[in-house]
Amino acid sequence: MVKLPIYMDNHATTPLDPRVLDAMMPYLTDHFGNAASRNHKFGWEAEQGVESARKEIATLIGADPREIVLTSGATESDNLAVKGVAWMYREKGDHIITCVTEHKAILDTCKHLEKDGFHITFLPVDSKGFVDLDDLKRAITDKTILISIMTANNEVGVVQDVKEIGRIARERGVLFHTDAVQAAGKIPFNVNEMNVDIASLSAHKVYGPKGVGALYVRRRNPRVLLTPIIDGGGHERGMRSGTLNVPGIVGFGKAAQIAREDLARESAEMFRLREKLRTTLERELDEVYINGDLHKRLPGNLNMSFAYVEGESLLMGINDIAVSSGSACTSASLEPSYVLKALGVGEDLAHTSIRFGIGRFNTEEEVDYVANRVIEVVRRLRELSPLYEMAKEGIDIKSVHWATETN
Amino acid sequence: MAYSDKVIDHYNNPRNVGALPKEDPNVGTGLVGAPECGDVMKLQIKVNEESGVIEEAKFKTFGCGSAIASSSLATEWVKGKTLAEALAIKNTDIVKELSLPPVKIHCSVLAEDAIKAAITDWKKKHDGK
Repeated sequence: MVKLPIYMDNHATTPLDPRVLDAMMPYLTDHFGNAASRNHKFGWEAEQGVESARKEIATLIGADPREIVLTSGATESDNLAVKGVAWMYREKGDHIITCVTEHKAILDTCKHLEKDGFHITFLPVDSKGFVDLDDLKRAITDKTILISIMTANNEVGVVQDVKEIGRIARERGVLFHTDAVQAAGKIPFNVNEMNVDIASLSAHKVYGPKGVGALYVRRRNPRVLLTPIIDGGGHERGMRSGTLNVPGIVGFGKAAQIAREDLARESAEMFRLREKLRTTLERELDEVYINGDLHKRLPGNLNMSFAYVEGESLLMGINDIAVSSGSACTSASLEPSYVLKALGVGEDLAHTSIRFGIGRFNTEEEVDYVANRVIEVVRRLRELSPLYEMAKEGIDIKSVHWATETN
Repeated sequence: MAYSDKVIDHYNNPRNVGALPKEDPNVGTGLVGAPECGDVMKLQIKVNEESGVIEEAKFKTFGCGSAIASSSLATEWVKGKTLAEALAIKNTDIVKELSLPPVKIHCSVLAEDAIKAAITDWKKKHDGK
């Protein structure tokens, strides 16, 4: 028997691994010291916890511990990366290249910098979700100081050719930042193999606690300098002031260690479950569409549109399952997903999209349950859908003149 | 977002789902909304020519739970009403009955539009005679 509700929204956040909680617990109780206290045991214990965690985080991505700046999370990491480079290198240039499907933490940071006088190129993506590398090459000018392209997308799970992007950046002497929040710990991610100079990471996407993140900042070839965005006591080699979140960081370290040790087995299992879900849904339902490339994709991600069934009503029908939708009705803005829009997914289909995020703690029974529920509810809602009825009558929905002025 | 019990009830047990023959002279069909906006409602009424009373109503809706509930409720309400009475149904009545939050008011507007569109269609068929 499956335990309800089922959590299958692991791109939003992941549950804390009990092993991570065990590692954190002493630092929430006895070892409460400030890692910056250099003259007593409490401080030393805290510092030791932080430093061994830093080592684990570095090892996960093939970095040196001295290249890890600990932050409050990936949004801060993204802000520090982009603003930090922009302000540090502004004498050199004022141009930044990013991509339309980036997380808002990058897009809004870039828009902010635009107001401060920087020039930003927002590269488009193709229908599979990929940045065109020739577009990227053409966009680089002698004023370009940073390329920021995420490794794996949080909505469609598409994995960019980061290695090649990094190679291009290096060849042109431009720094390369990648938001690796969804990728690190899920797929092999090595900053040296992938030519990455700066990378954002988050603990709570890898079964660690919320409120902790990291920024990888390359120390050699090239040495990256950042202007801090938070001023204060000069922690984290001056790049990020503020008392360290010791229990959170210790948890992040443990989470990174588990993710690294289990990566091969776990990603194979995620892939197996994802493929079972996908093939079951495709076999039982007509007119379902995968959003984003199927092959270069996070193993646990499935983003699917169920034509003629509005996403929010589908979520309401499967209310014992936690997933998310690209439908406008589920967002505060009443706009359907900008990521799906960028892929050229029509607004009609964007409204019908569901993102399944399979994670470490999902079981095969849960996947079977989810598949059955989705099939059942999609069928029921299609019986209720005038669009499905019209499609079955052979009416081309796109040719209908819709009176949209009613609102 | 939490739904009211009435919205959940209409969503789980939608009233009067289905279709009436569009070509029937006594049937009026209203199709409102647009797929790109995430809401399409089709509401149909069958009117007794003698009495001018709506004898039957059917709907199909593509949209969120509140849109489904609004149109389901609209079919319940128009049944047994004269055209004039049905035209008097206001979206605010639907909002109140279903306790729709502000962000879902457009669902009730669409349901009111669907009633009006169905009646307009019926009238068009009859004026044409």
